[in-house]
Amino acid sequence: MSSLRRRKPINESSDSKHKEEEEDEDHDDVDAVGDDDVNGKNKKTPSKIKKKRGEKPPKQPKWSCMDTCCWFIGCICITWWLLLFLYNAMPASFPQYVTEAITGPLPDPPGVKLKKEGLEAKHPVVFVPGIVTGGLELWEGRECAEGLFRKRLWGGTFGEVYKRPLCWVEHMSLDNETGLDPCGIRVRPVSGLVAADYFAPGYFVWAVLIANLARIGYEDKTMYMAAYDWRLSFQNTEVRDQTLSRIKSNIELLVATNGGRKVVVIPHSMGVLYFLHFMKWVEAPAPMGGGGGPDWCSKHIKAVVNIGGPFLGVPKAIAGLFSAEAKDIAVARALAPGFLDNDIFQFQTLQHVMRMSRTWDSTMSMIPRGGNTIWGGLDWSPEEGNSCAKKREKKNETQIADQAGSENAVCKAKSANYGRIISFGKDVAEASSSDIERIDFRGAIKGHSAANTTCRDVWTEYHDMGFAGIKAVAEYKTYTADSLVDLLHFVAPKMMARGTAHFSYGVADNLDDPKYKHYKYWSNPLETRLPNAPDMEIYSLYGVGLPTERAYVYKLSPHAECSIPFKIDTSADDEDTCLRDGVYSVDGDETVPVLSAGFMCAKGWRGKTRFNPSGIRTYIREYNHLPPANLLEGRGTLSGAHVDIMGNFALIEDVIRIAAGASGEELGGDQVYSKIFNWSEKINLQLVHISILLRLFIFLEVSISI
Amino acid sequence: MASNFLRLRKPYYVESTINCSSSSDQKLVNLSFGINETRNQTKKRQAKEHHGRRSCLDSCCWVTGYLCTTWWLLLFLYHCCLPFTAVHEVPELMPAARLKREGLTGIHPVVLVPGIVTGGLELWEGKPCADGLFRKRLWGGGGFTQLLKRPLCWLEHLSLHNETGLDPPGIRVRPIPGLFGADYSAPGYFVWDVLVKNLAKIGYEGKNLHMAAYDWRLSFQNTEVRDRTLSRLKSKIELMYQANGNKKVVVVPHAMGVAYFLHFLKWVETPPPMGGGGGPGWCAEHIKAIVNIGPSFLGVPKAVSNILSAEGKDVAYFRAMAPGVLDSGTLGLRALEHVMRVSRTWDSVVSLMPKGGETIWGNMDWSPEDEHVCDFSKKRYFRLSPSDNNVNNSNEKQVFRVKDPVKYGRIISFGKAASVLHSSQLPTAVLKEILHMSASRNFNSSCGEAWTEYDEMSRESIRKIGAADKAYTATTLFDLLRFVAPKMMNRAEAHFSHGIADNLDDPKYNHYKYWSNPLEMKLPDAPNMEIYCSYGVGIPTERSYVYKLSPNNKCKRIPYQIDTSVDGEDDSCLKSGVYFTDGDESVPVLSAGFMCAKGWKGRTWFNPSGINTYVREYQSKPPTSGIKSTTHVDIMGNIALIEDILRVAAGATGEEIGGNKIYSDILRMSERINLRL
Repeated sequence: MSSLRRRKPINESSDSKHKEEEEDEDHDDVDAVGDDDVNGKNKKTPSKIKKKRGEKPPKQPKWSCMDTCCWFIGCICITWWLLLFLYNAMPASFPQYVTEAITGPLPDPPGVKLKKEGLEAKHPVVFVPGIVTGGLELWEGRECAEGLFRKRLWGGTFGEVYKRPLCWVEHMSLDNETGLDPCGIRVRPVSGLVAADYFAPGYFVWAVLIANLARIGYEDKTMYMAAYDWRLSFQNTEVRDQTLSRIKSNIELLVATNGGRKVVVIPHSMGVLYFLHFMKWVEAPAPMGGGGGPDWCSKHIKAVVNIGGPFLGVPKAIAGLFSAEAKDIAVARALAPGFLDNDIFQFQTLQHVMRMSRTWDSTMSMIPRGGNTIWGGLDWSPEEGNSCAKKREKKNETQIADQAGSENAVCKAKSANYGRIISFGKDVAEASSSDIERIDFRGAIKGHSAANTTCRDVWTEYHDMGFAGIKAVAEYKTYTADSLVDLLHFVAPKMMARGTAHFSYGVADNLDDPKYKHYKYWSNPLETRLPNAPDMEIYSLYGVGLPTERAYVYKLSPHAECSIPFKIDTSADDEDTCLRDGVYSVDGDETVPVLSAGFMCAKGWRGKTRFNPSGIRTYIREYNHLPPANLLEGRGTLSGAHVDIMGNFALIEDVIRIAAGASGEELGGDQVYSKIFNWSEKINLQLVHISILLRLFIFLEVSISI
Repeated sequence: MASNFLRLRKPYYVESTINCSSSSDQKLVNLSFGINETRNQTKKRQAKEHHGRRSCLDSCCWVTGYLCTTWWLLLFLYHCCLPFTAVHEVPELMPAARLKREGLTGIHPVVLVPGIVTGGLELWEGKPCADGLFRKRLWGGGGFTQLLKRPLCWLEHLSLHNETGLDPPGIRVRPIPGLFGADYSAPGYFVWDVLVKNLAKIGYEGKNLHMAAYDWRLSFQNTEVRDRTLSRLKSKIELMYQANGNKKVVVVPHAMGVAYFLHFLKWVETPPPMGGGGGPGWCAEHIKAIVNIGPSFLGVPKAVSNILSAEGKDVAYFRAMAPGVLDSGTLGLRALEHVMRVSRTWDSVVSLMPKGGETIWGNMDWSPEDEHVCDFSKKRYFRLSPSDNNVNNSNEKQVFRVKDPVKYGRIISFGKAASVLHSSQLPTAVLKEILHMSASRNFNSSCGEAWTEYDEMSRESIRKIGAADKAYTATTLFDLLRFVAPKMMNRAEAHFSHGIADNLDDPKYNHYKYWSNPLEMKLPDAPNMEIYCSYGVGIPTERSYVYKLSPNNKCKRIPYQIDTSVDGEDDSCLKSGVYFTDGDESVPVLSAGFMCAKGWKGRTWFNPSGINTYVREYQSKPPTSGIKSTTHVDIMGNIALIEDILRVAAGATGEEIGGNKIYSDILRMSERINLRL
């Protein structure tokens, strides 16, 4: 209090210098009252204070606004330091202790639990990270990136995105035509386990799995992170960085230095496709492949444990390529309309993102593969009859139990047409196929855009397209998986020209065709054969129970100037058909629909098929999503979401058991919660080799004729 | 209490806003009046008591806030100005930028081999005290903060097993792989970073640049046994060779990495059970050049003092300046004893012991550096160009010479007298005597748990060894160490040898313990390979020590210490108990240069295929910092050295970068060494 009392008169006196006498009087009064209220408790009369004021004149330092600010900052700093100190002084086990106090004892981490069971490190482990989870660092850059040498551009804190966004976008982009480095820029993948253990501080990807493997004795010599530049097309990682050769050499080294034990490969997300490519590459002869010989895989690989693998692509990739938005962005737009569209605020964020991500060939590896055969046509889809909301499902089931027939019919009638991955307008998405009038866009003349001149740069290829082209696209109304590829060819010819040189999205009719020796087919499971390795095992581990994007309702963007002309119609909502914010969703792990993750293991490769001539055993392990029980659990130990599943204890336990030598049967075979087997049944894919069919046919004919 | 403060702060805050705005807002005041009235009535008394403290707290906050704000402001300004200043620094720091303009591009893949203590180590499995440190750095980078937080735990995890020299049970500490491992050994203290930056400028990146990180605490062969490090290095080199269009690699080892890579050269060509099975032509096929930086081929005397008393020059200086600080058990927490206990479990330290015995390092009365002039402040090298030779200059040199040459050969002497007297005046065969006595040494039970092996020695034998008038040369030194630290030497001598081979064809030299000693191995058969010895000169470097018995004779103390009271005259080489010679602060010129200058020059015994060797010295310039520095570690940022490495990596041969470049007396020193070649 005393400081207060001291301070006040000075302020007042200084003020009074600039003020009129009367005001001074006022001030006195105010101060007197103020004093009174503050010091009232001291039972001091105003006169006494005034006297004091007179006694203690301007010796005291001035306590101004500035001082108050300083004082305030000081307070915050000190509190912060105090908290920081307490936090650091806190024993590391404290949060765990608190959690245990609240929820009862936590289960042991799987590593600890299995160590108690006596499991030990056996097979060396290779991790293959997916798209966007691997770190990238700068090796050579433009002037604007001065001082960032060997600093992470991708992953880590992403600090540079905020500091110099345009520079960052420039460095993260690849060359528009070659799909390789732009001139004078070299951005390379971070190598080693640090490449993808954490995506951002505190956001683990592989770290939990690594920590648990370390518990049973794994260390650097038995683990290898096959980090690659996830922006490049798969074959280009070999062309530019020799990444595939490195992985080959490292796997050979791991096998050699661990007493000939084969490796267990754990790819995640896009890493699954990358590793498929690798398996073909390594056995292909030298100029195009790695020249490992026809039995390389069976000699070196014990099991491929795919986690959340988008074998057949993800519909999300379409939305990403088509309009640079995903569900999250669409939802944000619905919540705050105008916020993202505001050019002043966002500096055309989406356009920048689109321009950048369209130079990444790898995004095209995620385009849905297999066309209408897999993803459904205008009127049917494998997931038909899927009911979406959990609550509803339960209700349905009870009702079905009561009055099976009629309810079922209703349900079916209202089912979404998942096969129409993109529809323009909600009515189009729901109408029956005969009602839709479609005008083919393929031959449409693109015309010249008036906007082209006003936009300084050609941001995206949309600006080459012109109004006529945009209109033509919208008039085709609805697109299935087959026509989507054509659509992308139409709207982004350059990108797709680059992409189709590296990836293919079809279904092979005859795998003996020599054209399938080309590397562009290697990452498409429907156009390659698995290697000849009967002892190998293929697992497909993925989460279920989360709504996953499957089809979109689009609309034309209202202002077509210098921006992306299409966007998801967030106003489209329908409870019955899983339509929310313009997105139809199905079961999956939030990114990959069950169909894409499970089909190959459930049907495509099951037993001896033409895609799996040596009869490699396949297993499906699904993990039902449960949200974290409390906040302290972080991202949950039971999560089934695409990336969070890497911290799922059940999954980690399975992986550790496989690494310690267990086979798929010992693990418990398939573990299925979704309707993947039903859905796979509906897909009419020829699995028997065509020559066998022919032979069968001839045999039948012969026998009939006899 | 806290609530009290909070409540009191509020009224003040209200008032200060009034004052600031200097507007008399009656309403607000009244409001605050009302609030305060009720509050104050309840807390009247306490508030009165806290008047004084509150203002104190306030001013504290104010000062902190003031400082913080100023700091942020400065920081902000600094960051704003940084781009402008950075532009000026870059060209000088980047010889690569200039070379790139000359059209140089990286051709040969580069392998970097870090030295001792520069590689990072991380924890993979630990005791409960190291909770939460999984895969965190224990050594290097931010790892040293753990030293402050939990020192004993930290030391425990960095120790190795006392008998096997491998992991202690329940602890796994592993080297950090990749370039992260060793580019910074501590924040702001670059080791490889500058070199890597420059290499990147001329086109190097992950696929043709590799850091061969290894656990530098282990003996070389054990890195293969435990971590398969040598196999990995072999596979990595083979991969880089293939992936870069069959271009041979350039290897750049630093400090102890030099010995490690020598070991690798032998290992890789030896057949499988012991070696890597690469076949006799492996090195010739895969390696273009080895650019040794600050090589400690023949060991460093510093290692001796480290093992004997866990102190180097720095510690000795420190003790001289502030006597008692380090010796007091309370403050120092017996730091040295702890350090000693830990570092004695590291086999690799033994690999740094002087090799070659008296033949190389000199005996009681003779040493190759006899003519060395010690006045470093006035020192000028007479021969600035390596071409014109020593004949004319030797006369001049006589003038400067101290009357009585320093007896460098006596690496350890007890008492100053022992370091200067003529050998005939010294008692002989001391060790033999003591060794006889060793049978009688008894376990010193009064000290409880034995910390260092000193505790297992009897007081008497300690005193006997430490009595004045004894001196040890590079050969007898080992007898001494074997006596004071029998376990460590037993363990380590199974992995390292420090002698000179009489007959290299003897099959015993096929054993791996000889592979890292250049005097007991043949270089591989690779006539097109090149070996460079690049090191700094012109900095006083420890060469021999004057010891004394430690004054306090209690338990768990190191019984010997460097006698820092011993000082020579101004121009003498003796300072604080340490004799100095020319070198790069850690490695004397003799150790760094001898093999390239003489041992391997031309076709010799040790170099049967006649691999070309080049000596490249870098002279220390007066402002010894940053880009011109030549000290042992700082030399990695020396632009002249970097330029040489870049040129070699871009395909230049030793002749093209200028052959030998010598400033020191290394040629004359080598001549004095009488070694059969």
